[in-house]
Amino acid sequence: MNTPLSKKLLFVSRKAPYGSSMARDALDALLAASVYDQDLSVLFMGDGVFQLVKDQAAHRAGMKSLAASLPALPLYDIEKIYVQQSALEQRGLADAELVIPATALEDGDITDLMEQQEAMLSF
Amino acid sequence: MNISIALYGAPHSSEASESAYRFAQACCAKGHRVLRIFFYHDGVHNASALSMPPQDETQHTERWQALAGEHNIDLVVCVAAALRRGIVDQDESERYELPSANIARGFEISGLGQLLDAAVKSDRLITFGR
Repeated sequence: MNTPLSKKLLFVSRKAPYGSSMARDALDALLAASVYDQDLSVLFMGDGVFQLVKDQAAHRAGMKSLAASLPALPLYDIEKIYVQQSALEQRGLADAELVIPATALEDGDITDLMEQQEAMLSF
Repeated sequence: MNISIALYGAPHSSEASESAYRFAQACCAKGHRVLRIFFYHDGVHNASALSMPPQDETQHTERWQALAGEHNIDLVVCVAAALRRGIVDQDESERYELPSANIARGFEISGLGQLLDAAVKSDRLITFGR
């Protein structure tokens, strides 16, 4: 495919991991994007922060584990991984261990992050 | 301005298809160029040639075909999301030995790279559905 330009693209993932397939679909889209040599970032917001929690037992819900795939992001050269601090706090996860290191951002910093982007892919 | 749309909602189940259509229509009316509509997640159901709503309800699939035909818009359906939900073209039908194909004319099955391509080539990518 001919995608010559390099753009700053932010993937925003806002859904809990297993209530719908949206979180998986967001990850699939992100991994697919990684081969096109763009400037990618990913932000976990709202219920999306649940995707990062350790010790998920997805198989009990008949699902494949997202937590098993997320640590692979750096292997795809996706290193700008952010999480919404207020969403962690609201869900009692402020001290939770996460499956992958993510930079916690206050809501004001998230506004800045979004303003720096050339496009957002929202999930 | 070049605009692309990502649509995640199935027709009839949510407002997403209606909103996306009206937005696309409004863009064209204002002289913007809608490059592509990418159907992902439950949005792939918009591409079914077999949907048959009651006569007094919207026929979303035909409406997309008409808009795309008039304004030369790509209607691209994510292959992985489509296969999971039983939306297949002739090639996929043969590859997986399925009893039939059902993708509507004017829609094209392709990969997630087309979503990224839309984001890169458009001035705006607008998402509908959840």
